Amino acid sequence: MDVLNVEYMLGLVPVLLGYLPFTLQLAGVAMVMALMLACVFAVVRVLGIPVFNQLTIVFISFFRGTPLLVQLFLFYYGLPQLFSVLTVIDGVTATIMGLTLHFSAYMAESIRAAIIGVDRSQTEAAVSIGMTNSQLMRRIILPQATRVALPTLMNYFIDMIKATSLAFTLGVTELMGATQKEAAGSFLYFEAFIVAAVMYWIVVEILSQLQKYLEIRLNKAYSR
Amino acid sequence: MIELKSLSKHFGKTVVLDGIDLTIKKGEIIVIIGPSGTGKSTLLRCVNFLEHPTAGEITVGDLTVDVNRASRADILSLRRRTAFVFQNYALFANKTALENVAERLVVVDKWPKEKAYQHAREVLERIGLADKADAYPASMSGGQQQRVGIGRAMATGADVILFDEPTSSLDPEWVEEVLGLMKKLASERQTMMVVTHEMSFARDVADRVIFIDGGKIVEQGPPSEIFSNPQDPRTQDFLKKILATNPV
Repeated sequence: MDVLNVEYMLGLVPVLLGYLPFTLQLAGVAMVMALMLACVFAVVRVLGIPVFNQLTIVFISFFRGTPLLVQLFLFYYGLPQLFSVLTVIDGVTATIMGLTLHFSAYMAESIRAAIIGVDRSQTEAAVSIGMTNSQLMRRIILPQATRVALPTLMNYFIDMIKATSLAFTLGVTELMGATQKEAAGSFLYFEAFIVAAVMYWIVVEILSQLQKYLEIRLNKAYSR
Repeated sequence: MIELKSLSKHFGKTVVLDGIDLTIKKGEIIVIIGPSGTGKSTLLRCVNFLEHPTAGEITVGDLTVDVNRASRADILSLRRRTAFVFQNYALFANKTALENVAERLVVVDKWPKEKAYQHAREVLERIGLADKADAYPASMSGGQQQRVGIGRAMATGADVILFDEPTSSLDPEWVEEVLGLMKKLASERQTMMVVTHEMSFARDVADRVIFIDGGKIVEQGPPSEIFSNPQDPRTQDFLKKILATNPV
């Protein structure tokens, strides 16, 4: 077994670090959009708004029931074939679309569960003082549901950051794509991918710490 | 003034309220008693549409609502004229005591924030919890939570405060402080409808005691009459049972 080429690895760190902001950007944008979409889906499901409820159920079923990679290929290669205007969809757009829709389906379910978990008395109290449904949702239910949903939502965000690596199959040069190129040039596959792996790992670890901090903050109201 | 005309509530085929007629004067303290499951709580919940009544008419102040023709706006303005105190306090868990009291002023009555919080502070002072302004419900005792619940109801000067068994979930040690606050409110002639099993409160504070059984008002009158000389056999039977376990 050859010895690890440490010098190569150290040299690779700044190169790959340069792609990290782009990876985080992909995940960040997709996360914000997925969250907004998931909240809408969750509220539609909880209130059982006719037609939209059924559409949401089918949507969630499809995007949870098929692999993310298949969805990405559908957006990138499949849709432009059907609708020629959609050839404008580039790899980045397809990635963000795919991540957004895929993860919104999962997050909608965990937000829905968190909303249902808020004690019924909270709704009654809000309604009794004359709040409208949207005031009730914004001021009472969603803030309380957030606390319950936070750990699972952070889990999905972590998952999403790692899933951005699939973008390289659409020709997007993010952290994984860049690593692949570097490795192919140097033939030092192990060195290159272990550097990338550690980078993902550190980012996820930082997020886990952030999650702990947020949980403590959100739990402040509920501790004796 | 509050007036209920043939107010009814059916759950499927079960008749819970069977045509309740009731007029309450401004400043009157009404205590509603009766066996469990006879519609006492449902009556209170119907007055502010926590339950949608099946038929009848509700008047609070200058607003009269036919329950079958009630629009969303009618229901909201009816709720804004009433306030509800829950058996399980039902304080907003994500808000401090101060925010719980101010919430309705800010969100529903659209007061400027500063004025609302100023007023909420005064309410907390009146209920003796000024030092708990920034405490969250989870860190308060049951008695303190229920006092904040009453403070939340007092905050807007609703035409009537509806108390749904306000002391039933409390540990015995906290019952007195909550009843004490209710007595204080009563002495200020706040119009109140109280469902309770606290017979001593009914006897000492009520202007009128109403006995409900089977979704109907069976008997009503001043506490002295109801407690010492009940006319209907059902009232006699109920009082005999409850006074045996909770002597006045």
